[in-house]
Amino acid sequence: MTVTSPTRSPRTPAAASGGTRSRRRSGRGFYGLSLGAGISILVVLAAVAAFLLIEAWPAIVASREELDAISWLDASSLAVYIGPLIFGTLLSSVLALLFAVPIAVGIALFISHYAPRAIAQALGYLVDLLAAIPSVVYGLWGALWLQPVIDPFFRWLSDNLGFIPLFADYTPPARNVLAASTVLAVMILPIITAVSREVFLQAPRLHEEAALALGATRWEMVRMAVLPFGRSGVISASMLGLGRALGETMAVLMIISPGYLFSFFLLKPGQHQTIAANIASKFPEASGLSVNALIATGLALFTITFAVNMLARWVIARRKEFSGAN
Amino acid sequence: MSKRIDVTDLNVYYGSFLAVADVSLVMEPRSVTAFIGPSGCGKSTFLRTLNRMHEVLPGARVEGKVVMDGTDLYGANVDPVEVRRQVGMVFQRPNPFPTMSIADNVLAGVKLNNRRISKSDAADMVESSLRGANLWTEVKDRLDRPGSSLSGGQQQRLCIARTIAVKPQVVLMDEPCSALDPISTLAIEDLIEELKSDYTIVIVTHNMQQAARVSDRTAFFNIEGTGKPGRLVEMGDTSTIFSSPSKKATEDYISGRFG
Repeated sequence: MTVTSPTRSPRTPAAASGGTRSRRRSGRGFYGLSLGAGISILVVLAAVAAFLLIEAWPAIVASREELDAISWLDASSLAVYIGPLIFGTLLSSVLALLFAVPIAVGIALFISHYAPRAIAQALGYLVDLLAAIPSVVYGLWGALWLQPVIDPFFRWLSDNLGFIPLFADYTPPARNVLAASTVLAVMILPIITAVSREVFLQAPRLHEEAALALGATRWEMVRMAVLPFGRSGVISASMLGLGRALGETMAVLMIISPGYLFSFFLLKPGQHQTIAANIASKFPEASGLSVNALIATGLALFTITFAVNMLARWVIARRKEFSGAN
Repeated sequence: MSKRIDVTDLNVYYGSFLAVADVSLVMEPRSVTAFIGPSGCGKSTFLRTLNRMHEVLPGARVEGKVVMDGTDLYGANVDPVEVRRQVGMVFQRPNPFPTMSIADNVLAGVKLNNRRISKSDAADMVESSLRGANLWTEVKDRLDRPGSSLSGGQQQRLCIARTIAVKPQVVLMDEPCSALDPISTLAIEDLIEELKSDYTIVIVTHNMQQAARVSDRTAFFNIEGTGKPGRLVEMGDTSTIFSSPSKKATEDYISGRFG
């Protein structure tokens, strides 16, 4: 903006335009800075993708004989090897999400709309504290404490609901995918709770009062004004949690007894393995082509995470008109 | 479908702060009662006690009696949720539910009472409520569009349609036109004139011309200073209040000498 009114400005025209120029320069500087920050994200993303592609390539194009030379890879092709790993990764993460989301939404609603302020605050801190626990500690907790504790429950499940294949053939100790998912659920609970709580707190007072004034009970008010408003936020939160569960390494590695099958026996050990835990367990002894093969599985994980995020965006965008953002 | 409300010795508190003191007045059925007064005099706070919306704020409470149809709305075994189904409310800023379509907005309150409402009943109710709010002709071709796609004035009439769809006895309006342009304001005022044949209407307004145009009775609230409670100064027929008020403060306010 240039100064046009000489009566209001005591500065000389030269000084005024000098000031304007420096302001313009600082504006351009900030533009450059934010543009650079934006571009750096793309560069890092591209660098990671390029690394994965280049390093995975030798394994992707390798012949059957070459792959057979890798001691732990007894599959007819790389795709056949990765398939069960992708399955195991998705299964454990989706199960974790199924456990975590309802609990997280419940806690978030309790904190934002039901609890007295003092309790709500304390509970909020506690949930945030869960997020600060390192995953290796969760692994130890899951392997040493949770497994014996959850054992009678799994027994009961297998004895009473064993006719459903999902719950058949429980074999102690509980080193199965359901135990791993339980720990994963605890690990992703804080992030989903924290994001959901923030979204629920932002539900417009205006709409909450509209619902109450129509004669809604508190739960009906939550259903009419808070949950629909928070829907996209809860989806984003779940996807953040899913992202963490998909990539989680230590906890799964320490709990699950690995297997490479497309199996829905949730209580049987030696059925499943996740990509991340598999890389961590194989990497120390890998060399040559086997490293490339492991990186190829990493590429698969990267693609899955990417797809999950795109899916979440699409779900959110689909009902944008009704989101209340306009 | 229209009931009289008797308020006796009502004190309204926010925590320990007395916001409105000693209000006693009567709102007649099938008429429009307007509350006027300077900002902060407690007229909106008082209005919100009439459907027990005041107490949704933490620490807010009420002493005194609000009697509708022989029952004290603040009686021990009266459910505030029930009260709000009888006494509807339209807010200062239009607040249709953004996640619902126009039709669903109209049915929002109805569905609380009656989950299983047949498709044809629902359609009839949407039409009659929207007609009642003078909005039908404008939106009948886009009932499945979001409520937030309407203009401000249309949104406010949608909120009125939503309120009258539950067939309340009383409709409270908290400065319903303050966020609207003059043409939309006129539409709402016409609507109030029509609604009064079916409902007891209580309206808070900052606009004295509006009070003079739409109301039958007017109550003037005033506050002596900050930290003091708001009080009812006088109440009477709108024509009397605006031509020959009995209190000096009322005359000063309506003639624009303060406020």
